[in-house]
Amino acid sequence: MITAAAEERQTYLNESYGIKSWLLTKDHKRIALLYLATITLFFFIGGIFATIIRIELLTPRGDLVSSETYNKMFTMHGVIMIFFFLIPSIPATLGNFFIPMMIGARDLAFPKINLLSWYLLVAGGLFAIFAMLAGGVDTGWTFYTPFSSSYSNTYVVATVVGVFIAGFSSILTGLNFIVTIHTMRAPGMTWFRLPLFVWAHYATSIIQVLGTPVLAITLTLVGVERIFHIGVFDPAYGGDPVLFQHLFWFYSHPAVYIMVLPAMGVLSELVSTFSKKQVFGYAFVAFSSVAIAILGFLVWGHHMFVSGQSAYASLVFSFLSYFVAIPSAIKVFNWTATLYKGSISYATPMLYAFGFIGLFTMGGLTGLYVAALGVDVHVTDTYFVVAHFHYIMVGGAIMGYLGGLHYWWPKMSGRMYPEGWAKLSALVIFLGFNLTFFPQFILGYLGMPRRYHVYPDEFQVLHVLSTAGASVLAVGYVIPLIYFIWSLRHGKMAGANPWGATGLEWKTPSPPPTHNFEETPVIRHEAYDYAALMEEEANVR
Amino acid sequence: MGITLPLFPEQASTLAPQTDHLLYFLLAVSVVFSAGIFLSIAYFAIRYRRRSESDLPPKIAGVLSIELTWTIVPFILAMIMFAWGASVFMQASRPPNDAIQVYAVGKQWMWKLQHMEGQREINELHIPVGVPVKVTMTSEDVIHSFYVPAFRTKQDVLPGRYTTTWFQATKPGKYHLFCAEYCGTNHSGMIGWIYAMEPQDYQAWLSGGAPEGSMASSGEKLFQDLGCANCHRADAQGRCPNLVGLFGTTVQLAGGGTVKADAAYVRESILSPNAKIVAGFQPIMPTFQGLVTEEGVTQLVEYVKSLGRQPGSGSPIGSGTTPAQQKTLPRDRAAMPAIAGSGPTQR
Repeated sequence: MITAAAEERQTYLNESYGIKSWLLTKDHKRIALLYLATITLFFFIGGIFATIIRIELLTPRGDLVSSETYNKMFTMHGVIMIFFFLIPSIPATLGNFFIPMMIGARDLAFPKINLLSWYLLVAGGLFAIFAMLAGGVDTGWTFYTPFSSSYSNTYVVATVVGVFIAGFSSILTGLNFIVTIHTMRAPGMTWFRLPLFVWAHYATSIIQVLGTPVLAITLTLVGVERIFHIGVFDPAYGGDPVLFQHLFWFYSHPAVYIMVLPAMGVLSELVSTFSKKQVFGYAFVAFSSVAIAILGFLVWGHHMFVSGQSAYASLVFSFLSYFVAIPSAIKVFNWTATLYKGSISYATPMLYAFGFIGLFTMGGLTGLYVAALGVDVHVTDTYFVVAHFHYIMVGGAIMGYLGGLHYWWPKMSGRMYPEGWAKLSALVIFLGFNLTFFPQFILGYLGMPRRYHVYPDEFQVLHVLSTAGASVLAVGYVIPLIYFIWSLRHGKMAGANPWGATGLEWKTPSPPPTHNFEETPVIRHEAYDYAALMEEEANVR
Repeated sequence: MGITLPLFPEQASTLAPQTDHLLYFLLAVSVVFSAGIFLSIAYFAIRYRRRSESDLPPKIAGVLSIELTWTIVPFILAMIMFAWGASVFMQASRPPNDAIQVYAVGKQWMWKLQHMEGQREINELHIPVGVPVKVTMTSEDVIHSFYVPAFRTKQDVLPGRYTTTWFQATKPGKYHLFCAEYCGTNHSGMIGWIYAMEPQDYQAWLSGGAPEGSMASSGEKLFQDLGCANCHRADAQGRCPNLVGLFGTTVQLAGGGTVKADAAYVRESILSPNAKIVAGFQPIMPTFQGLVTEEGVTQLVEYVKSLGRQPGSGSPIGSGTTPAQQKTLPRDRAAMPAIAGSGPTQR
């Protein structure tokens, strides 16, 4: 299973054995793997709900499940996928594993807090799973009041407690990253030598730390109103239901950037490595992450153009929303320009990178539609919005996550995944995704409202196409699960740097030793300096 | 059971083509941009594919002029989108003054609608083509949303306050009415139809009768039954403000400040009387929360509005005369027959 040479070498995986050595570990790499296992589980739970939704929507009638059950399915799909998969996904796994390695550190600044944050995610997840098993929750992941606070007869409190607890996991991870990036960079690792993955996570962390507490207090107020009937959101007790939406979206719009900024960070690494070019316009890409983090806090009202908020407030939010579009566009242009005169490899991670750029471009461009007041009135709360945010979150965030997972898998496991299967599944996911979600743009513009269990007959053909796509997509997601597990035993040995990448994480063996580096690295070059890398390699030979 | 695959929604209101024209512009911009990006990627990926592991591409750090170009050009386009979207939206959020008025109350899981003439409908709304229709809406329970895709209009319907939407149908037909804000178990069953009719057909439908009389007359009945008239006397001698001529005016409040006497203000004054006290009066009015339904409140609003449409009329409120007759044609409605009459020739 392990070659004799590798067996002698101490790695973070063979340093100690037993369940305790994992559950009490303070090693950021092991914690990253704990997260990886946890979120993979949540991803497939969320996926099961999505499957039931898509099968139900094959026909216009409600023939598979009752309306009550259907409503619980889309609620729990959203809650699980957003709070227990997408938000922790890249930061808690790839970020946790590679930020310390990329900056030449031995660990995160607060290893115990890092472990605590995993336990918080698990504890929050247990509350959410309890709510599901006890009977489910049917408010939609948005928990709109007064439905959630006064009318729903489902397990709202258990669910919001779960999300509340998981929120602290997110806050602590963000805090840990910020402190780590500020204080633990190796000698010579200046801010402008940081890989763009680190910049993206720095921006993400700012949002996690500043935004998540607002979600926590908002959900607390929902719980308090539900239990004690204190009037905050329900007009029957003297509250204001639109206030909830302001507070909720103040977090939940920036939360979209918690999901997609890390994926953008992954993209910068992939595009650079697989074209052997430094990222075009490094500073623009780095600062566009920070710009997105800041501007992202000023646009929440664009979720509320028809909510009854003042028309003038809507004007301001629409205006600001167009500002946040620009930094995203800058990134896409810069990645494209990076390819120019590169040496472009079609390895699986790069296929995911191409997929990300294509899908994120479509998700981003349709963001311009929903930011346009005149169009949003028609398409908000329809499948157009459903398609738009799935292009961002699935087409963007999950493609980035899978691309990153394939890219760093050799480093994490020491072994290569099977390239042929991986390319095939990347293609299956790309095609399945488009078949699932592209018809939903058309459905939405036709006027099909979201969260509808039964629907008028004329929408059926497009729903059938979407369900067909979802079946393909499901296959695409199961294949990597199988071959990643397979590769742990049977994959080819990877070597320290299978991609010819420049990051510090590739300068240490795969899998890395517990302390990451034998000696603290000293950085003499800017990020993505392939000429310097080749020179070094030539010298070693 | 033929298979239908509609790809574009019907355009049945004055707003629909405006929304769609903006959509076409957005589509054009996105096709140009995505084609540019996708073709560049495809070209670079093929032209610069890796030929040898020892390739060392040239170092290109970035070019400021290029960065500025692809920052500024998209920004200008984005500002055009903003301005265009905003102008469509601002028009759509201001109902014309000559709009006819309909009230809607949403509840789990049905739409209750009432015309000023008194006709009530459930999950159906009949409207004339070519005439702006304003819908004043509230909810009895959770948030709903009044969505007519063929009109490209959508407005959330909130408990505890009024929101409004308006539209002007351009062709007769039967159009979906959806609840677009998730509202609980049977959300997808909270649907109905809008019937847009030729004005003369609409008049014929209206004259089909409303057994309870107009909304204003129903409101007057409520005004009597709830005992409102005891204090709100028209002779200005009451302990409470005189409501004649009130609607649409600006009210001076105790402690400074003013408020426009619109439907929202009248509603609030009935259900939360102490929220805004008129200057010179004491906060003595009890709340009517729980004593009158949201539909009852809309009728009271119409009644108060009808009082405002009789300037100089000395008719004391609730004096025993039969104001129902004279109130059936307040200004909004009075405009109706003229418009309806001219309907056929307009086309």
